[in-house]
Order: sequence, then structure tokens, then C-alpha cells
Amino acid sequence: MNRLSRFNVASLILGFAFLYIPILLLVIYSFNASRLVTVWGGFSTRWYVSLFSNQQLLDAAWVTFRVAFLSASVATVLGTLAAIVLTRYTRFHGRILFTGMVFAPLVMPEVITGLSLLLLFVAIGLERGFMTITLAHITFSMCFVAVVVQSRLLSFDRSLEEAAQDLGATPTRTFFSVTLPVILPAIVAGWMLAFTLSLDDLVIASFTSGPGATTLPMRIYSQVRLGVTPEINAVSTILIGVVGVGVIIASLVNKRRDVQRRRDEQAAAQG
Amino acid sequence: MKSLGSIRRSFAPWADPDAKPFIAFENVTKRFGDFTAVDNLSLNVYEREFFALLGASGCGKSTLLRMLAGFEEPSSGRILLDGQDLAGIPPYRRPVNMMFQSYALFPHMTVEKNIAFGLKQDGMPKADIEKRVADMLKLVKLGEFAKRKPHQLSGGQRQRVALARSVAKRPKVLLLDEPLGALDKKLREETQFELMDLQQELGLTFMVVTHDQEEAMTMADRIAIMDKGEVMQVATPAEVYEAPASRFVADFVGSVNIFEGRVAGREDGRIEIATADGVTILADDATAAPGEGTVWYAVRPEKIRISSRKPENPALNAIEGEVWDIGYLGDMTVYNVKLTSGLVVRSSELNSQRTTQDPLTWNDRAWLTFPADAGVVLTR
Repeated sequence: MNRLSRFNVASLILGFAFLYIPILLLVIYSFNASRLVTVWGGFSTRWYVSLFSNQQLLDAAWVTFRVAFLSASVATVLGTLAAIVLTRYTRFHGRILFTGMVFAPLVMPEVITGLSLLLLFVAIGLERGFMTITLAHITFSMCFVAVVVQSRLLSFDRSLEEAAQDLGATPTRTFFSVTLPVILPAIVAGWMLAFTLSLDDLVIASFTSGPGATTLPMRIYSQVRLGVTPEINAVSTILIGVVGVGVIIASLVNKRRDVQRRRDEQAAAQG
Repeated sequence: MKSLGSIRRSFAPWADPDAKPFIAFENVTKRFGDFTAVDNLSLNVYEREFFALLGASGCGKSTLLRMLAGFEEPSSGRILLDGQDLAGIPPYRRPVNMMFQSYALFPHMTVEKNIAFGLKQDGMPKADIEKRVADMLKLVKLGEFAKRKPHQLSGGQRQRVALARSVAKRPKVLLLDEPLGALDKKLREETQFELMDLQQELGLTFMVVTHDQEEAMTMADRIAIMDKGEVMQVATPAEVYEAPASRFVADFVGSVNIFEGRVAGREDGRIEIATADGVTILADDATAAPGEGTVWYAVRPEKIRISSRKPENPALNAIEGEVWDIGYLGDMTVYNVKLTSGLVVRSSELNSQRTTQDPLTWNDRAWLTFPADAGVVLTR
């Protein structure tokens, strides 16, 4: 293995500092006893306590989770279907156009996505609120799911499906008993991606929400405009914690499975 | 009566004009866009036969198998199985099963579940499934691996699971796509004989696709040699080797020396071929030879003797040349002898004794001798 040179160590530290010092500051100040954000007044968890009596923030969090759950689930179904069509039915008219259209939202500026959705909802007279935010999130997160699932499908061995049919399974049966279980990890990953995307979206939600439906990022943003309170730091810290723990668990599970698999394969090759 | 090769066959339904073919391809053509994968092909396979489709990659052999399994529909022509036209019947309703080249084991299921998959689709009662799976595991000697997943098995074990899964339903025909392709040489040789035993034991009709001629020769009752979507010859391994129908077949299976020439004379059912290389070859089988036009005489290296002395028997063909290359393979030695015309003729000598009285070396003058019936006369 190459030893780290001084230059490498320095750039590593700089890079990580750039990424994590702001977050670290936020976490530290969430335990600040003082009301002033930039003055350290001793350790305290009072902002976490007061957080749970802040009904507005709790409501926003509940809305956010509902939107994220619902939109991620619908986006996963639609995105998976799109991915299947794009990888399997390669000979239909306008496939290239369709592919482009599915993936365009990936690079579309969020402001434009949000604005165009707002115009649409106004035009068809849809009352803005929980429903419109969810629809908007489905629209933009669907393509992310499609990308993740498509990459798995491209490496999928088609002879597995042929084998299932050869053994007497109808195409529908084949899909549910062979294709779906094999691509399930990608679908779960797609769902989680869609869920996090929806969780932290501010721009599109701001465009498409209405009275009575405020998401957590929107609530945080509007409170910050009136001045940063330690309460916001606390809620952000909780969010970081939730996402961080999720990521760590996911990668640990993956890693363990990889190691187990490699060990199995080695044992099989020897025995 | 003389017969080709060294095997006497008691199973030969193809020789019986009244025998009904079990699988019949009738003028089958398959086109993919502009490419014709299978070209107006007709072929009969008989019940309980071990039939091999042999050819280079892209010759259409896999397409033929996939059409029988139902993954491809013929562009024209029809395929009959046991008298029934298979057109329009989807793969999941055909009484054939296939063993895939990649094995296509379901990665999320245990060995047991893989084997039970087909039986479950048929709605077989649970107790019967369990019994059949146990039988199959015993058949392929994998009983202790029942609870393992495919990635926990070695290549050879996976191959056996794939085999067990494809015969579990007792199909009328088992299709095998390069069944031994992913195994190493030693395992492949063992498995060849296991496959043959299995076919005997189950009494199934096997149709195997392979590009490995040795594999086809060892296992099959009959071989169809394919090239560019057409069948060049269908015959037993011995016929294919000893009586090839064309230069393509002669060259594809084993190695061969081919002399080009024209018929210069005939007597007592023999012909004399004057070759372009300035030698005259006496050939036995004159029936096929035309009076005019080019003919080819094909003779296998092991049918040619090599010696440093000119043979005395005038009935033998004798050609003089110079030893150009020697390859010592242990069990045999291969000599490449260059004629004055520049043609290189190969002779292989079995090393049946450890020492020799008359060793040849590079640049020696040597005589190649072979009887008139050592080779075949080909017209295409």
C-alpha cells in the first residue's frame, strides 16, 4: 500500500474540514445553553426539549415524512416501470425521445421544475397543498429511481427469466418470482434515494405548496429568515443523526453481505 | 461386413425407414433483420437419441435450440414434437426443458428451491415435490448442498444443479446449450460420461449444442455439423470422421490432408487421381467421383505411415518429401512433410513402443504411404 505523503494528508484534512466544519458547528451549537447563536453559554439540551413542544415544527416534520413516504413509494413504482420499459422494449418508436424525457428532470434546474408545476396546478385549478407537493416530488424523484433500477436491469441475466419460463412460469409469474426478487436491492435503494430527495427538497416544495402544508425544510427556512434560533440547530442535528445512522446501517449491511459472499465463493471454489 | 469406426451400434432408429421422428424441423428458416441465422433447414431427431448440433459460433445452432424451446419463432417452416406442431405455443407450455450455458440458476433461491421451481409451476402436490427434489439431488450427488445458495457452490456443482433442475420435470426432450462449456478440461471429461449415463438412466431425448467436436463425438449418437445456418452433414461420429460428406466437414472435425486433382484413370472400381502437386493417388471409392471436374482426396494424418525407406508394395500410395516439422506429443508424434510442390502433408504415428529402430529427424527424406482406402474422394 502507498504511504500517505504530507501533501496528501494536508489535502485530505482540508477537504474534510471544508465539508464537515459547518455541520460540526451546527451540532455543537444545538447544545448551546445560550439563546444567542454565536455565543457559547454552556452545555444544555433545553432546545431539544423545547423542540417537542413546538407544534409548528412537529407538524411540518409530520407533513414532510408523509410526503416523502408517499412520493417515494409512487415514484418507485413508476420509476421501476419506466426502467423496465427502457431496458426491455428497445424497439419502439420514439424510444430515444422517451429516454431523454425520463431523464431530463435530472438536469433540469429545480426552479424551472417548480415553476412549471406551479403553472400547471394553477391552470388545471388544483388546490395547492399536501397533494400538489407529493405529485411534484413524484415527478422529479421518479427519474432517479429509474436510473438506479435501470443500471441493475442492464446487468440482469436475461436467461434467468428464460429459465423460469422454460420451467413453466408464465411471464407474470416470472416477473414476481424471479425478476422482482433479483432487482429488489436496486428498487429499495431507489426508494431510499427518492425518500431522502423528497425529505430535503425546499425549492420545489415552496413552489407547489399552499396554505396548511408546510414541509420541514420550508419551516426551517422561514424561521431562519427571522433569525437563527438554537431550536433550528437542534432539529437539524436530529435530521443529520437520522440520515447519518441510516447511511451507516445501510453501508454496514452491504459490507457484511459482500464479505460473507466473498467468503462463501472462496469456500465453494475450494470445496 | 466392414463398418466405420470401432463401435457396433444397436441403437440406430435413423437407419429404419419406418421409424417416426420425435422432433422434426421442416424447412425451418429464421431471419433476424437481414441476417439469416437458420436457412431452410430440415432435420429429424428420434426418441431417446443423444443428438448433437456442432458448429462454430454464429452457425445458427443455438438459434435452432431456442426455437425448439420457444424463445424464438421460426420465420418460416415448422417444428414438430411428437407429431404436434409447436407454432404459437409459448415456452412455458412446451414439454421441453433447457439447460442454459450460464446455468441461469436463480440466485435468491436455495439449490432445493431451484430444483423445485418447475415442479411448483405445474402445481404438483408438496409431498411429491419434496420426494422428486430428493431424488434429483441424489441423482446429481448434491444431497448435502440442498440448503445452499448458488453462489456457495463451485462451478461443477452449479452445473449439476442446473442439470437436476432441467430434468426434474421429466421433459420429453432435454435441450443443453454448451452444457460443459464453463468447466475445466478434467471436469469436462468426467461430466461427459455422467451426462451419457444420465441420459441412459432417464431414457430422455437429449439435444445438445456445442462447438467442441470432442464433446460431440464422445457423447452423441448422431451429430449435425452446421455452417452458416445450414446442416452440412448428419451422421454418427464415426461416419462424420471417416466418411465426411464435404471438405468443410472433413476439415471441421479433426485434422485432415486434402489433395486436389482430377480423375486420370479408372480400373476395378478404383480411380487414379492426378493431383496438382504432381503425385498420383490411388483411391478406392470411385462411385462418387465424376469423370470431369475437380475432386479432392481427404486422408487423416493417422492413416498415413511415415518411413525413411521407399515401400515395396506397389498397391500402396507412396509420396516422397522432406521432414519439415516434428511435434512430439507423448502418445503420438506428428510429422509435417513438405513435398516438392510445397504442399505440407501431416502424418501422425502412434508411439506404441518406447524405442524405435528408424528415427526420423528434421530435413530427412521420408516416404509417406497409405492404402487406397485410407481416405475418401470428395466432390465438394
